[in-house]
Amino acid sequence: MTELPQITQKKLGLVIDLDTCVGCHACVISCKGWNTENYGAPLSDQDAYGAAPSGTFLNRVHSYEVQPDTGPAQLVHFPKSCLHCEDAPCVTVCPTGASYKRKEDGIVLVNETDCIGCGLCAWACPYGARELDQAAGVMKKCTLCVDRIYNDNLPEEDRIPACVRTCPSGARHFGDLGDPDSDVSQLVTARGGVDLMPEQGTKPVNKYLPPRPKDQMPEIDVLAPFLAPIDQEPKGFLGWLDRTLDRL
Amino acid sequence: MTHKQPVLDLSPPVSDEIRKTTCYMCACRCGINVHMKTNADGDMRVAYIEGNRDHPINKGVLCAKGSAGIMQHNAPARLRKPLKRVGERGSGEFEEIEWDEALEIATDWLAPLRADAPEKLAFFTGRDQSQSFTSFWAQNFGTPNYAAHGGFCSVNMAAAGIYTMGGAFWEFGQPDWDHTKLFMLFGVAEDHDSNPIKMGIGKIKARGARVIGVNPIRTGYNAVADDWVGITPGTDGLFILSMIHCLMKAGRMDLDYLARFTDAPVLVNGDPASPEFGLFLRDADGKQQVICRKTGTLTAFDKPGVRPDLSATHVAEGITHRPVFHQMAEKYLSDDYAPEAVAERCGIPATRIRAIAAEIARVAFDEAFELDQEWTDFRGDVHKTMTGRPVSFHAMRGISAHANGFQTCRALHTLQIILGTVEVPGGFRFKPPYPKPATAHPKPHCGVTPDQPLDGPHLGFVQGPEDLALKADGSPVRIDKAFTWENPMSAHGLMHMVISNAHSGDPYKIDTLFMYMANMSWNSSMNTGGVMRMLTDKNDSGDYVIPRIIYSDAYSSEMVAFADLILPDTTYLERHDCISLLDRPICEADAAADAIRWPVVEPDRDVRGFQSVLCDLGARLGLPGFVDDTGAQKYADYADYITSHERRPGIGPLAGFRGEDGNQAGRGAPNPDQLKRYIENGGFFTHHIPDAALYYKPWNTAYQDWAVETGIYDTPQPYLFSLYIEPLRRFQLAAEGHGDRQPPDHLRDRIKHTMSPLPIWYETDQDGNEGFNITALTQRPMAMYHSWGSQNAWLRQIHGHNPLYLPTKLMRKNGLQDGDWARVTSPHGEIKVPVLEMAALNENTVWTWNAIGKRKGAWALDDAAPEATKGFLLNHLIHELLPPKGDGLRWSNSDPITGQAAWFDLKVRIEKTAPLIQSEPVTPNQNSPAPAAPKNLAWKSR
Amino acid sequence: MHPAPSVIFFSVFSGLGFGLLFWLGLGWPSPTGVVAFVFFAIAYLLAVGGLIASTFHLGRPERALKAFTQWKTSWLSREAICAVAALLLMAIYGAGAVFLDENWRVIGVLGGVLSLGTVFTTSMIYTQLKTIPRWHSPLTPLNFLSLSIAGGALLAGQVTWALWLIVIAGGVQLATWIIGDRRFTASGTTLATATQLGQIGSVRAFEPPHTGTNYLLREFVYVIGRKHAFKLRVIALLLMTILPVILLLIPFSHVAGGLAVLAHVAGVLTARWLFFAQAEHVVGLYYGKR
Repeated sequence: MTELPQITQKKLGLVIDLDTCVGCHACVISCKGWNTENYGAPLSDQDAYGAAPSGTFLNRVHSYEVQPDTGPAQLVHFPKSCLHCEDAPCVTVCPTGASYKRKEDGIVLVNETDCIGCGLCAWACPYGARELDQAAGVMKKCTLCVDRIYNDNLPEEDRIPACVRTCPSGARHFGDLGDPDSDVSQLVTARGGVDLMPEQGTKPVNKYLPPRPKDQMPEIDVLAPFLAPIDQEPKGFLGWLDRTLDRL
Repeated sequence: MTHKQPVLDLSPPVSDEIRKTTCYMCACRCGINVHMKTNADGDMRVAYIEGNRDHPINKGVLCAKGSAGIMQHNAPARLRKPLKRVGERGSGEFEEIEWDEALEIATDWLAPLRADAPEKLAFFTGRDQSQSFTSFWAQNFGTPNYAAHGGFCSVNMAAAGIYTMGGAFWEFGQPDWDHTKLFMLFGVAEDHDSNPIKMGIGKIKARGARVIGVNPIRTGYNAVADDWVGITPGTDGLFILSMIHCLMKAGRMDLDYLARFTDAPVLVNGDPASPEFGLFLRDADGKQQVICRKTGTLTAFDKPGVRPDLSATHVAEGITHRPVFHQMAEKYLSDDYAPEAVAERCGIPATRIRAIAAEIARVAFDEAFELDQEWTDFRGDVHKTMTGRPVSFHAMRGISAHANGFQTCRALHTLQIILGTVEVPGGFRFKPPYPKPATAHPKPHCGVTPDQPLDGPHLGFVQGPEDLALKADGSPVRIDKAFTWENPMSAHGLMHMVISNAHSGDPYKIDTLFMYMANMSWNSSMNTGGVMRMLTDKNDSGDYVIPRIIYSDAYSSEMVAFADLILPDTTYLERHDCISLLDRPICEADAAADAIRWPVVEPDRDVRGFQSVLCDLGARLGLPGFVDDTGAQKYADYADYITSHERRPGIGPLAGFRGEDGNQAGRGAPNPDQLKRYIENGGFFTHHIPDAALYYKPWNTAYQDWAVETGIYDTPQPYLFSLYIEPLRRFQLAAEGHGDRQPPDHLRDRIKHTMSPLPIWYETDQDGNEGFNITALTQRPMAMYHSWGSQNAWLRQIHGHNPLYLPTKLMRKNGLQDGDWARVTSPHGEIKVPVLEMAALNENTVWTWNAIGKRKGAWALDDAAPEATKGFLLNHLIHELLPPKGDGLRWSNSDPITGQAAWFDLKVRIEKTAPLIQSEPVTPNQNSPAPAAPKNLAWKSR
Repeated sequence: MHPAPSVIFFSVFSGLGFGLLFWLGLGWPSPTGVVAFVFFAIAYLLAVGGLIASTFHLGRPERALKAFTQWKTSWLSREAICAVAALLLMAIYGAGAVFLDENWRVIGVLGGVLSLGTVFTTSMIYTQLKTIPRWHSPLTPLNFLSLSIAGGALLAGQVTWALWLIVIAGGVQLATWIIGDRRFTASGTTLATATQLGQIGSVRAFEPPHTGTNYLLREFVYVIGRKHAFKLRVIALLLMTILPVILLLIPFSHVAGGLAVLAHVAGVLTARWLFFAQAEHVVGLYYGKR
């Protein structure tokens, strides 16, 4: 199982729009809720009401400040979960075969009954996508809600990952990135979607849409015609007003 | 290569049942699907919470708080039984008592007050979402002292909106997300209507429309804004008026809209000697009068066929009456508002102000579009199309919580109106029951008679000095001094002044303070330390200065420790509630809508929904609305009240499924099966507005007729937007010496200065701020807004403590690095807190997340919890009164018009200090009435 | 990386144990009877003890047997198989030496090679990780192997070999540090590539996802001061190489030999602690920790 499939029928994954994510953490908690109640062991919390609460989360939202050469600093909210890499290093290092990549859709999963909790897959992942649950002793990671996306017990429109379903600003998109005609692939093309840490050679399936250029409002010279004064004097204003009202 | 993979069950059962109710993790009131599972013991348990796709508010999405509801519902901090204080106030020492005893105690305390002096009960209900019910209770009790938390939240926004255009943002209205092309956001606004705004931003971002954020702090929505304006806090009004200056000067206004739908053409008395100087010229019916441009004659504004003239003046009885628009031109074309004149104060270059004004004008007028929808206005004019002006705005607490907030909010609405972007496609749209002008709202009532109900609703919209809540001697009727000369238009009351006034016995002493869901001893009060002292202060005879405190909360909050009697509330999944059209409903611009909560699980503790307790207590006290003809309890519980109460014949708390068959919307006889029908319908009810009525609602006959049919109005009431607020002018006139009711002399100048009928900007009172030059702000994180959240095991991991964010310049200036500690001093106090650098921040502003800091012992958290060690409140630096000016008076730290708490006027000084392990000041811990929390969680409902 | 004692002890002691088995397998020395028993007991205590220590960091040690299945791709699986094969062969060889006074050379050499192979597979577990640039280098197996062989020689009483090998291992260690210090930068992974926000401007981590700590931070982010690390390196090299060399150069005594072993082991433990503590995982970038 530790071998990666040579080819997957689909490449299911997420497209995350950094231009739209407001950093509300909705996806973080929705994921926590679904995956606590569903696939495998619950996502536990240690010292839940104490001095150092620390639990297992499969999706976390970072934030970064970016200072351009000119213009004000920008703040970017940055959700991050498993990227379901094509060359997933976390899979091949697994000594037990618990970690595997599904040949049907490319989802990277942990078969918890085979996991010995050695942690090596987390070491191998450059993205911090895997967390060893401290109560269950097994490795937890994003399942791309494999127990939702094909689930006949859910209405068809709900067969999407919990994080995508809940995202209020629509910054998360789910689909087949192996199909160039899919909505997500089109979005990636249109918006110049990127891979994280491409130099690590993991070939992530998930893509990130970079923030659109900010603070680009044209200088007043371009916009000046829109504010050309009608007259310099208040009296002139009333004259203009009368002329204009006559035309209404 | 070979590849093997296990066989997975791809269709595991999701849950045994889905129960649909309404979220209460904040004030957004989203629809939720509560997935239930039956465990091995046969108990139905909450397994998972997601958004309800059919719900008008959230359409399936849900924020972090909503999804974390399961942790709130199961929090160890839940109270378990009524509590009677046995230790000193503030210690948190209680004994558990039975409900009967608790209700007897409350009755014994309250009955004598009602018989002799109902005002000695002050009943304030915090984060209450049942204000039409709690106010009904208070009204029947007969006390004038009732309000919820609006006074320290966003009353400036609400009042300015209602007085100006018959509705404000949030629950009153929303941008036309489907058509807008430029969305401009002022101040911190992540607080209200959170999911709809996030959804809206997502929508317009997907279209590539532009978002402009005006906020000293670039977080949240401002982080995704295409353009960020890092304005100097408190100067938004000046910036807006400068844009108005640019737009007027360039003639970039919707004159047709101004003439038809606003009071811009209404004639105003221009004779300074007249006692009616500045008041509207009205006809015998009291209708505002205009000159018709077609006929040149004076006429009431609403006569069929009238074309109000924005320009013509009128002389009557020797007095020249000029249209409002003349006054606006005079005021706003002045160089005082030129970008160059305001740039420095606003911290925005003049070229930038012009550029933004130009961009707004470009989109509003050059990207205008027509919707092919005919409609008829109140003058009978038929319009073939609806003209879209795709510029929309939103603002909330950010511009609201300043002492110039009312006028700033007014300025923003004025900007919207001169662009013609209110109630038009692409602009801002009201949600039913709005539009509803101030004149259609009640006025405040304060007629107290022992043993009798109050003479009407407590809160409302004053129209002039005659509506103030003053006794014959001119002293305030209300304990919070709402509707007095200090803050005449305090439409939501002043909950933040109650404890301070009750403690000082000013304007009088009270006996019992009764509060609900309001953490007044901690994050909801200014001057937190002072408030804790007031609550525990004793007089010479050893009695508490505030004799009795009853408090209802579901959780072991900081306020619990200061009460004498605790009435434990349920969690939001264990209760009935109605989100009513009589109150603050969940309507969308396209539909009227309301919703319920219902007990999707029964409490496993001896707790009761607060509203049901009020039904019981009301009956024990024999309150008229709460007993039947025989004197027996009228409403068995809140559910009974929701179904059977009628405010007016046929109008009840819920609009849906009325009538015997349950097929009537809006109006109809009570339906005993109403709640069942709501539950079957997903917990809510929607009633769509016809297509021809979707825009121009204040003036659209189709809408007006629909609203009457639905029970929103009793008769059509078209009205003009108030660019010029006549009631403000009436207060000015009084201050100028006109009329019987006169303000105290020390307030005359302030009233004349601040209560301008046209929006103005003024610098907030800076006396005593010398040497304190940095503005300190707070905001709630999106994952916790409007819910305190620390008892939530998932959310507290995201925000377990709060640093003070400093701009790069202040970090360098003070030699600070990330993780260092600083002493932050205000004229009122000092705190010592950890700091972090933030570059995307106004260079003279610092900020932190509010209400993360907790008192040790509260919320069932460990004493060593980061909330109680590193977390801190800025509240310690903010006083409910301004620093003494030496005039012998103490001026309230609030807006002089509405009394809105001016949280964001705080000015501080910052110095580096030695690192600490505990932020200061340190509040000694309180005992927790909640059982010890579990160490670890590995949640699974079965 | 978090310097977990279990993994430090495992890798140091199993390295020594397999190093000793290597020398025993080659026949330097070729003891029999009680002496052989003592040698093999020490070797097995170290190797097996180390392996047992390694299970302490497992979340589900009771499933450890499953780790033998994925030899085709997983170095950890290969290590497990190699270790068991080496221990089995050397057990046969050892039984011959202890009970039958026989040194079955073919089995011994094969076992010795597998013992070294075990150390190599252990080192490859770390070497393979692109995410930890300091480890992702041929120097890592060289470092592990040279220390194992040298330590084995020391324990095997091959004084001359030990002298040279300890010096070589010290040199390799020094190279590992000096070159390792540049590996992260050389990897090209930065916060800019991690976030792909570098095109906009310079990127700085702002608020972390959670205010508290988490598994990733505990496991992968360990901050050790530069000065502190330098001191520890000096101490490690002194103990691992310089002191044992001096002790071996003075006229031989068992006390000096014992001290040399102790010093060397202490030095290797220190170096191994640094191996983890100084290793930076690229995930730290996301948290602004570098």
